[in-house]
Amino acid sequence: MSFKSISHLKSLLDQNKISIKEIAETYIKRIKEKKELNIFIYFNEDKIHEQVKEIEKLPNDKTLKGIPIAVKDLFCTAKMPTTAASKILENFKPTYESFVTQKLVDQGSMFVGKTNLDEFAMGSATNTSYFGNTINPLSKNDNPLAPGGSSGGSAAAVAADLCLGATGTDTGGSIRQPASFCGVVGIKPTYGLCSRWGIAAFASSLDQAGVFSKNVTDASILLEEIAGHDQRDSTSSNVQIPSFSKNLDPSLEGKVIGIPKEYNIDGTSDEINGVWEDAIKSLEKKGAKIKHISLPHTKYALPTYYIIAPAEASSNLARYDGVKYGFRASDAKSLDDMYELTRSEGFGKEVKRRILIGTYVLSAGYYDAYYIKAQKVRKLIANDFVEVFSDCDLILTPTAPSAAFPLNEKQDDPIKMYLNDVFTVPASLAGIPGISIPYGNDKQGLPLGIQFLSKHYHEQEIFNAAFALEKDYE
Amino acid sequence: MSNLIKGKKYEWETVIGLEIHAQVKSNSKLFSNSSTAFGSKPNSQVSLVDAAMPGMLPVINKYCIEQAVKTGIGLKAKINNYSVFDRKNYFYADLPQGYQISQYKYPIVGEGKVIIDFKDGSSKDIRIVRLHLEQDAGKSLHDQNPKKTYVDLNRSGVALMEIVSEPDIRSADEAGLYISKIRSILMYLGTCDGNMQEGSLRADVNISVRKPGYEYGTRCEIKNLNSIKFIKQAINYESQRQVEVLEEGGVIEQNTLLFNTSTGKTRPMRSKEEAHDYRYFPDPDLLPLEIDQEEINKLKKTIPELPDDRKKRYVEDYNLSNYDASVLTADKLVSDYFDNIIKSDKTLKESSKIVVNWLTSELFSLLNEKNIEINNSPITPENLGRLVKLIKEDIISGKIAKDVLVEMFNTKEDPEKIIERKGLKQVTNTSEIEIIVEEVLEENKKMVEQYLSGKDKLLGFFVGQSMQKSKGKANPKILNEILKSKLSKKH
Repeated sequence: MSFKSISHLKSLLDQNKISIKEIAETYIKRIKEKKELNIFIYFNEDKIHEQVKEIEKLPNDKTLKGIPIAVKDLFCTAKMPTTAASKILENFKPTYESFVTQKLVDQGSMFVGKTNLDEFAMGSATNTSYFGNTINPLSKNDNPLAPGGSSGGSAAAVAADLCLGATGTDTGGSIRQPASFCGVVGIKPTYGLCSRWGIAAFASSLDQAGVFSKNVTDASILLEEIAGHDQRDSTSSNVQIPSFSKNLDPSLEGKVIGIPKEYNIDGTSDEINGVWEDAIKSLEKKGAKIKHISLPHTKYALPTYYIIAPAEASSNLARYDGVKYGFRASDAKSLDDMYELTRSEGFGKEVKRRILIGTYVLSAGYYDAYYIKAQKVRKLIANDFVEVFSDCDLILTPTAPSAAFPLNEKQDDPIKMYLNDVFTVPASLAGIPGISIPYGNDKQGLPLGIQFLSKHYHEQEIFNAAFALEKDYE
Repeated sequence: MSNLIKGKKYEWETVIGLEIHAQVKSNSKLFSNSSTAFGSKPNSQVSLVDAAMPGMLPVINKYCIEQAVKTGIGLKAKINNYSVFDRKNYFYADLPQGYQISQYKYPIVGEGKVIIDFKDGSSKDIRIVRLHLEQDAGKSLHDQNPKKTYVDLNRSGVALMEIVSEPDIRSADEAGLYISKIRSILMYLGTCDGNMQEGSLRADVNISVRKPGYEYGTRCEIKNLNSIKFIKQAINYESQRQVEVLEEGGVIEQNTLLFNTSTGKTRPMRSKEEAHDYRYFPDPDLLPLEIDQEEINKLKKTIPELPDDRKKRYVEDYNLSNYDASVLTADKLVSDYFDNIIKSDKTLKESSKIVVNWLTSELFSLLNEKNIEINNSPITPENLGRLVKLIKEDIISGKIAKDVLVEMFNTKEDPEKIIERKGLKQVTNTSEIEIIVEEVLEENKKMVEQYLSGKDKLLGFFVGQSMQKSKGKANPKILNEILKSKLSKKH
């Protein structure tokens, strides 16, 4: 049995053509079959069956009743452990449910498991996880590919049909880039649209929850459920959340779409540039006006990001000290010793690298040169967007500079790995929303993604444009 | 008043600045809704936020902000419309987040001042640099187990106001007066309970010495003193130590010190080289704190009469001395008690000086003896007022009044009832007193002769004898007059 989308499954449920239990069994079977992809950190059949009983009791008008959802293992969940893909939280069982996952539970969704990610969401290939790599389900047998990251497990889960939607978090591209690599839809909404409460923090000023789905409509359904104000997160936006799915409108007549010249960079494959061109042509055909624009500070986005994000991370991850919960090294002889051993053994290489970078850029004598400077540049980057959006409705760019790459390709070269975020990081720094949708393939048949960006809180604009372009490949 | 320390070679001036940590009086913590009650079972007042669980976020407690603003107003300080919470990063077992949320570059309150009053009636301004809000840490308990340290997070996240002074303080006494004054202002405002024993008010002392007129010397910081007595002891010890080091040709190293309360000495906790790099940066979990003028004005209206205003009123309306007024206003409860006495009877206003004496010497000594706070005094302000009135109206003498006061203290009875019951009413009937005087002079003829031959001092003896005979009830003024006139007639 195959379900194309959330709305498809909902209609089957409404017509009593399938039961919640059957849905559970279908997905349990599939997940077991795809075990070798290492998509889930936590998967437990019993937990799914337990949920079935709860979900059956819910009224039928719950939007996501019985919809199988995978949850990135960075969201704290009360009924499943939460690891952030780190040894330091290996056996951590939260007593609380994150804001976003609680909303999903309230609407009747069925959590099929907790998905793999880069440790504490630090990475672009889901290869820094303590629990091993996730393999991109689109890989050919002899050539395992990376699913992108950090939300690689969630993107892969949707691509492999192991759920109909998945949560992700995006700090510098961690939803959009894996969506592109796995050929699914991934949206990072405006910073603050979804509460961060209950999501293990990586970089607080950038972290934003979002979703993966099989199509734009499903993404809009999921996002309108998980968005909303939360008093427990001071950076949560108090804005009215429109009904994105009901308002979906593919008409692009008169919309002005900016094409930033700075996103033409060396090292981007011709195929990606080709897909970008195709999308531009399609938009024009649909009545949109194309405008060539400049975002002059784009080239500073990556270095800026790799100062601010590690700086915040170095402080956010200080709480993992072995004192209160999580892993504690056993042979410590003093308090300092305990910290050193616990954190040396508990964190992986990439996390330690970023803690070190972050500690360095915040330290006395370097703070002004790095952190303060980066904050100023961040402001300039945000201003670039503000200016452009004064006469553009949307911006169109590629999502990532390449298609999914082989598993271990960039493992030992952090700089190369960081370059993966080149097209996604500027929007993160500016806090604006972005979506990645699959748009064509490369010669090997791997999906390529394009990205729409818009003003703060203009998710509807993004959904509409993506909805329109999506039809090109239906 | 000279504050200089005499060394073996030179005179030295001590320069002191204080950082006072005052716990905000609030039912819940600065960034969570856990209770702040003192003395609860360990780890019984800890929320997910206080324990720094993954994904937990701080949310500003508006009440604590208002308390800080009120305190700023009380310190005559500038309230900043814009302030920022920063993270101060360091590792310690009782610091669950691995950082303390504090305010670094942009504190909520800016420059202010506090006036301290001296015995000689003079006063001095101590300038405040800033007041900022921060979280308290938990507590490490090292004495519960021979091999382990336990951590109690009840205090973790409790709101503190750090009040930083300029180095305007020049002696241990001034430091004592300053911290008493701050404590008094906080307690008037109700923004801190001022309880130093429970640690609601603690201070770090920055101290250096210099030859008068020279530049500031290198300072040391004595951490975490929780009583005025210890603050004074620590300052006296440390300034003397620094003088000795300097006079012997040594240099002062910029150290952080701890004060040992049993030896009365300071010892280094860490040196400048070991100083932490706290890597302050704005907390990205919190937005900058913006307070508009309207809100500040609203809070201004809630500020009660503060010690300085009260002091001024006492000096102007009741003719009290500056010092008396400052002693009286130092403790709000005492001052309220005094106000209630005066309010109880219009005529007492002219006798305020007498009221002060009865309050601060007689009643206080009874309260101190029994260790009772003034708000629990068995004598009501009204009754103390009536007692003073009885003295003024010559119904009883001051001496008798002291006995009446003790009786009031023990029985809670009205003074009139006690006087009635014990027959203590003053004898003002001249003929009754004349009889007593006659008897005394008759019984002491030799003394009378001596008096008449010039020993004037014996008058006191006759007064004493006569008073004794009247059982203390004779009106002293009338008694004196009668004695003098009788004696002069003997000439």
